[in-house]
Amino acid sequence: MVSVVYEAPDSIQGAIDLLANATITTKVLAGGTDLIIQMQGVNEERLVVDVKKIPGMMDATLSDKGLDLGPSMPCAEFTARDDIKAVYPGLVEAAYLIGSTQVQGRCSVGGNLCNSSPAADTIPALIANGAQCVIKGPGGERTVAVEDFVTGVAQNCMDKGELLTLIKIPRPAANTSDAYLRFIPRTEMDIAVAGAGVSVTLDDDGTCTAARVAIGAVAITALLVPEAAQALIGTKLDEDALQAAADAASAASKPITDRRGTVEFRTHVVGVLVKRAAKIAAERAGG
Amino acid sequence: MAKTHVTASINGDVKEFLCEPSDTLLQTLRDELGLTGTKEGCGSGDCGACSVTINGRLVCSCLVLGVEAEGTEIETVEGIGASDKLHVIQEKFLEHAALQCGICTPGLIVSTKALLEENPDPTEEEARYYLAGNLCRCTGYDKIIRAVMDAAETMRGGA
Repeated sequence: MVSVVYEAPDSIQGAIDLLANATITTKVLAGGTDLIIQMQGVNEERLVVDVKKIPGMMDATLSDKGLDLGPSMPCAEFTARDDIKAVYPGLVEAAYLIGSTQVQGRCSVGGNLCNSSPAADTIPALIANGAQCVIKGPGGERTVAVEDFVTGVAQNCMDKGELLTLIKIPRPAANTSDAYLRFIPRTEMDIAVAGAGVSVTLDDDGTCTAARVAIGAVAITALLVPEAAQALIGTKLDEDALQAAADAASAASKPITDRRGTVEFRTHVVGVLVKRAAKIAAERAGG
Repeated sequence: MAKTHVTASINGDVKEFLCEPSDTLLQTLRDELGLTGTKEGCGSGDCGACSVTINGRLVCSCLVLGVEAEGTEIETVEGIGASDKLHVIQEKFLEHAALQCGICTPGLIVSTKALLEENPDPTEEEARYYLAGNLCRCTGYDKIIRAVMDAAETMRGGA
């Protein structure tokens, strides 16, 4: 059975000191919806550092510059914020898709990131929005783009002693919006077989001037697909442009076959999702 | 490993208890506090049988550590209704026979109360989505939803 040493520091520095000086396996606890399950059946002593008492970890501040999101804010609180939903509807949709009402009460965007699953729903939506991770550790502070944060299945760029302290999401330009779609075989409470987050900016006559396309659950990490964005930029998002973006996303994907989907299915579906998400984002951007 | 001392409000009463830092809130409620109304179904946050509220927010108590309860307000199924008077939700579950084996029922009652506090007038679809994290392996969902919708109407003061 797992034996836990529980600490709940009230400052970032306190957490970093605990994480950096630990001599046993150390885990950061936010909502615990992944962590507590992962600790079942583990037969060792673990240091669990609960970061929810640290000021700022549970807050979200929206300003002219964008959203400063405390990584541990429960998704139920995040998705209830109409001000945030108005600016980043796709990101809020992605956060809403994680688990049941009960799981929503605890799970967080930062936890979804740090758990670093290839199928994490918020990661493609964060990448589409150009989000940055602020990481603090014994060596100071650094900022990493979300597309560079996750490095493998359940692996990320954080070193021993480091803590994700803030997710910074820039304010979208005028006439910009986003969307996130995933495919699951059920209507909800499932894990993405494929997912797509898209952000588009339109000019006054409806021509796409900027775009970001990210795909999830079709490679070991979520991927930013600049080729798909390029296929959209300069077009009015007509069928040919959408199909070119879909083809680029399918080409960039490197899925595996598992019990939830085959390589062929995921490769095709991720393109369809990019197409549909781009349409929704464009409708929203056009107001 | 030394047990940790925790103080929390449980169903309105301040309680002090000891728990192993590795214990879940579910284990703490059942084994330390004797509140066995909260059930363990899956132990992995999928079934909702262990639903409780912490500071008013619905969670699975199997996915919370007991030590995290420090300083919080927790409500379990034992806090709903009184020993001599059932809550409307409990009455409606009985009236509609919205239970078969009964293991999912405490979690469903806690979740239904959270739903109706958040949204007193849910559509059937909204109620079904909100309660999707409460599994009934007897699959008696239809009667459960009828009880929930009737409870909502009664609590709104309707006919």
